Amino acid sequence: MELANIEKLVEKYENAETTLQEEAILKNYFTKEEVAPHLQEYTYMFNYFSANKDETYTKTIQLEPKKSKRRNLKWLSVAASIVLLFSVFIGKQEYERYQAKKIFAQVNEGFKLLSMNLKKGEQAVATLHTYEKTVNKILK
Amino acid sequence: MNQSDFLKVVLPFKDKVFRLAKRLLVSREEAEDATQELLFKLWRSKEKISDYKNVEAFAMTMTKNYCYDRLKSKQASNLTLVHSNYKEKETSLDKKIEHQDSVNQVHRLIENLPEQQKIIIQLRDIEQYDFDEICKMVDMKPTAVRVALSRARKTIREALIKKHNYGVS
Repeated sequence: MELANIEKLVEKYENAETTLQEEAILKNYFTKEEVAPHLQEYTYMFNYFSANKDETYTKTIQLEPKKSKRRNLKWLSVAASIVLLFSVFIGKQEYERYQAKKIFAQVNEGFKLLSMNLKKGEQAVATLHTYEKTVNKILK
Repeated sequence: MNQSDFLKVVLPFKDKVFRLAKRLLVSREEAEDATQELLFKLWRSKEKISDYKNVEAFAMTMTKNYCYDRLKSKQASNLTLVHSNYKEKETSLDKKIEHQDSVNQVHRLIENLPEQQKIIIQLRDIEQYDFDEICKMVDMKPTAVRVALSRARKTIREALIKKHNYGVS
């Protein structure tokens, strides 16, 4: 390719007026042949462009990556609800026991009070008894 | 459409999707994630795919939009700058280093271009799509595409000349 021709193409290229075929010619010229010094910059550009095209996506394509995640989530929620139910059950039991203890303590207190008062009455009766005895002795 | 049919459609342009994503998102990991996500999206809408005349153009548009979203979202704020290695050429060591450096410079220069010019130069100069396809992909008028492309090419060349003349980078 003669230089004059390339220069013309380069100008068209700068103005984005080249066709794909013309760009291919430029690419060929700038990546393979000896390049005129004043057009040196284009070698970097075209070399970069062609080198960049070699880069590929190397990972394997997964088409259903989300599914397993979703299943995990489902099982997780099942497990969580079981734990929740269990803890509610245990909690209820515990609460009932606590409530029973409280009632037991209250009833105990009540009984204590009752027995105390009963004892008081007993003592009073006892003094009354001795009083009656002495009265009887005197009256005899 | 089953998996193998889908892969047959997708495989020819998966690298293009990846390269465009990498151009926009810079880091290789981000670009890989984006590509994976995109292919997955395509797979989910596989029923519709057969209706499209040009799946490739559609995929490229999707890639562009997806990358824009990624760039806007905070998730992408931890993007890292990674420069890939380029193919070695059979030249003397001095020249090779200089050459490699200049080629890397082109990479950085493109990185500094506005997003739109980045996409267009990627689609045109690297992937070699014709103007009609690019117009469809980026949803722009042909003249606007040409103007952006011309500007991008001139910016890169001028920056290269400057660096070459002054030896500063």
